[in-house]
Amino acid sequence: MRVPAKRPLPLRTIFAWPLAICLLGVIGLVSALTGDGWRDAMSWLSLAVPVAAVAWAMKARRT
Amino acid sequence: MTRIAIRGWYLVHKWTSLVCTAFLLMLCLTGLPLIFHDEIDALTGPPPTFGMPGTGSSGSAPGLLPLDDMLARALAERPDEVPVYMAFDNDQPSMTVTTAPRPDSPAAEMTIQSFDRSTGRRIGVEAEAAGGLMPFLLQLHTDLFLGLPGMLFLGAMGVLFVAALVSGVVLYAPFMRKLEFGTLRTSRKARVKWLDYHNLLGIVALAWTLVVGVTGVINALSEPINQLWQASELAEMTGDYAGREPLDPSRYGSLDLAMARARAALPGNNPQFIAFPGGAFSSKHHYAVFFQGDTPLTERLLTPALIDAESGAFTDARPMPWYYQTLALSRPLHFGDYGGLPLKVLWAALTLFTIVVLGSGLYLWAARGRASSQAHLRQLQSLAAPAE
Repeated sequence: MRVPAKRPLPLRTIFAWPLAICLLGVIGLVSALTGDGWRDAMSWLSLAVPVAAVAWAMKARRT
Repeated sequence: MTRIAIRGWYLVHKWTSLVCTAFLLMLCLTGLPLIFHDEIDALTGPPPTFGMPGTGSSGSAPGLLPLDDMLARALAERPDEVPVYMAFDNDQPSMTVTTAPRPDSPAAEMTIQSFDRSTGRRIGVEAEAAGGLMPFLLQLHTDLFLGLPGMLFLGAMGVLFVAALVSGVVLYAPFMRKLEFGTLRTSRKARVKWLDYHNLLGIVALAWTLVVGVTGVINALSEPINQLWQASELAEMTGDYAGREPLDPSRYGSLDLAMARARAALPGNNPQFIAFPGGAFSSKHHYAVFFQGDTPLTERLLTPALIDAESGAFTDARPMPWYYQTLALSRPLHFGDYGGLPLKVLWAALTLFTIVVLGSGLYLWAARGRASSQAHLRQLQSLAAPAE
């Protein structure tokens, strides 16, 4: 089992990934509204990140 | 964050979630099939064939039949009714004509007929009150079969959901201060495992849940928003007509003349729909021709041109106010229907995430035992940050 970090993590560490995923999500939600083609593809990639993150966590961060 | 602050946020999270969870679960479960309603509808029959495939009925291409002709065909099928809306398509020559017993009939009494504007052939007919699984799910999702009070109630549940999301983000910090991002302690007891899933799924889906939650609330306010527009902007635009008797449908003039005048006022744009006098989207004397913008983004931002329905004279044209444009953009952002099938699939995946977050949240609360909320919070936090 993974040993938890001894010291509390700073807020910026706790929120680094969540913030990045959230910003990407907003970009994705808006980009498909502004047109078709690559703008749609960008929204697919951006909104697939949450799904990919969970898949990664279930594979790599299970303890 | 102090213990007292954490406890305050915990109580906000607990109560806002508890009140809205049952309704949010219903909204997720009904919303899931609604995401794919176009695909599901397409399964029920072969797609219609058109005389001029690929020519939008919203345009003015040669070969498209006059609007007066199309309206006459619709009214011939519903001889005792009056027209309420005529709506166009940008991609195909299909169009719809909505009729009802009276100009101000409620939606439940309306009938929608669809036509091919290139041949004049009627493609289909659908009563607004028609049965079927998808209309049932849509109405449950929109207003719980309770009309405006139901919409406003679900809007209030949406506000609580957004408050639960915000408080959940605040609580994410104390719960994650000793855990790396993405940690899932699946070999620990069920409560620890589901706490980790709740936190991970909740935080990665946050942008989507916030946007779908907030736009859901805005959609729930569509009737008050429309009434505000009618009472302020529209009343101002049609001030010269105030106090006149409503125009009788027998005196409605040519739609093609009205469309020509409207196009002259807003050149380069195509109409999305025409609202007839006396309905929810026009005055009692005007054809309101709602034009779309000419880029993908502004296509959803409408500008009505008001044409005197009797004389065909142009009265006024103004872009819809900001609150209406907000509503217009809230529709695609809530429905997820603006980026092809892959976007819909992701919409469904994130809906499933939300269902797991709601379900695990309920479980974490229900499995708390008999401990007081204070003790429960301490216990949850100790799960999050085991003693060193």
